Amino acid sequence: MAETTTSAMQRADIETVREDYLHMAQRRRLYSGVLILIFAVLMISGFNTADGRNAGGFWDGLHRLGDFPADLISEAYAKAANLPGHVLNALPALIETVNIAAVATILGCAGGVIFSLLGTRGLAYWPRLIPVFRRITDVLRAIPEVVVALVLIFIMGGGPVPAMIAIALHTAGAMGKLFSEVNENTDLKPVEGLQSVGATWGQRIWLGVIPQVLPNYFSYGLLRFEINIRASAILGFVGAGGIGYELKNALTFGHGKFDEAAAIFLVLFLTIVAVDQLSSSLRNYLTKGSF
Amino acid sequence: MLEVRNLTRVFGSNIAVDRVSFSIDRPAFVGIIGRSGAGKSTLLRMMNRLTDATDGEILVDGSNVLAYRNADARAWQSRCAMIFQQFNLVPRLDVVSNVLHGKLNQASTLATMFNLWSKADISRAIDILDRLGIAEQASKRAEALSGGQQQRVAIARALMQDPQIILADEPIASLDPMNAQIVMDTLKRINTEDGRMVIANLHTLDTARQYCDRVIGMRDGSIVFDGTPAQLTTGVARDIYGADETFNEFATSTKISGPQAKAKKRATKLELQGLT
Repeated sequence: MAETTTSAMQRADIETVREDYLHMAQRRRLYSGVLILIFAVLMISGFNTADGRNAGGFWDGLHRLGDFPADLISEAYAKAANLPGHVLNALPALIETVNIAAVATILGCAGGVIFSLLGTRGLAYWPRLIPVFRRITDVLRAIPEVVVALVLIFIMGGGPVPAMIAIALHTAGAMGKLFSEVNENTDLKPVEGLQSVGATWGQRIWLGVIPQVLPNYFSYGLLRFEINIRASAILGFVGAGGIGYELKNALTFGHGKFDEAAAIFLVLFLTIVAVDQLSSSLRNYLTKGSF
Repeated sequence: MLEVRNLTRVFGSNIAVDRVSFSIDRPAFVGIIGRSGAGKSTLLRMMNRLTDATDGEILVDGSNVLAYRNADARAWQSRCAMIFQQFNLVPRLDVVSNVLHGKLNQASTLATMFNLWSKADISRAIDILDRLGIAEQASKRAEALSGGQQQRVAIARALMQDPQIILADEPIASLDPMNAQIVMDTLKRINTEDGRMVIANLHTLDTARQYCDRVIGMRDGSIVFDGTPAQLTTGVARDIYGADETFNEFATSTKISGPQAKAKKRATKLELQGLT
């Protein structure tokens, strides 16, 4: 065995290895060069097409990009004294929005866990039905929340419940996909160990899979909570209540209510920051066992 | 050449390496032995600047490498190659690309991203692979190779760096005895033919005795033995490992030697069966 390290290949052989590799390297370089070129051409031509179809034009409008934020900030700055009051006024609506998001996240994640467990290869209870559950989550993800909310508002009338259902459905679809990716990375050895002692499917999942995936579920769930706060704010625009409704009123009013809009942006931003901080310390706790 | 002075590393309340001092004045093959947690890996990682030292100096040709920052530290790392127990190659890249990584310190990030290496570098990488007997694997992905071959690719990457010193952290701990011998023979060859210093953490005493010019024994972060392989008797080994009379290195040795070879082999086999 020791000789194999010292005996070099024949001169001719090593030359072929060298040439083969250099050829391969050149070919790869050519491919990546062509790909970069195609990408650049597509981007530039696509931009020009899109810009040509625009009513205004990207370059003509670009300098006006800062106009709206500047208007808003200058008015809010001028009426800075009103801000604390507006923030207080916005709080009940904010709580409604966060509540919609929280309930939708909890219900949606619960649905997502079920869909993901039934749609993961190696874990599913009915392996043949995996594609069915996957397509269901696809459908749930494909329909925009706004569409579901509009339909439900048409049927049930405006309010937080249609918004909550719309967001929960979308969350179930999105989480079903993300959770099943988490499930795919689980170590199946503990599951096998539990199978070897005669555990049922439920016991195997509960004791073998859930402890492994729970921290990841939680961190995806908290990320989704942030996304859902924003989603439930947007649904306010179509009449689902909450802070989005207030924001729409302030923005459509235009000049004169920009200070109120600024206050709403501010509380939304602070809420997202708070949720982010909270979720990162929670995640730390879950993965490391201490804050 | 290399002088380590009072090197210390503290992790929280645990002193991993405790005022370690030694010097090596020629390109020797130095083995470091000791039980798990004795501070061997931390010592090597500090030399390569993968881990920062809490205190102390490492002088190489008179200058303290622990004082280097940023680009200087990276330049030092390129002069002081590291070989890992788990090979630490990029599994999805081909063997030659992995070897070329030894030149990263001299290459610009942009050129690296587009995989632009000069013909001369590619040729040299293949020559090094040829020298280690694995040139025919050149275009395979690193993950497709066996452990012994991957470790030789890692050694080739180290040689591509053209280093002064090669640090090897348990280079054979995850290899079977045959591949372990190939890897150790390769390291020894690099040591004697190229005159590069090799410092290796080893976990088998017979390997240390067979390949090293000098053996350093560590226990609880301190050096407790520093001498020639001949001085490394069973009694000394018991001290290093903190073991009592029941400690018998042959119980777990994989040495295949002399007239006992057959019996030994059988014993090892039985032991493996007992373990698995």
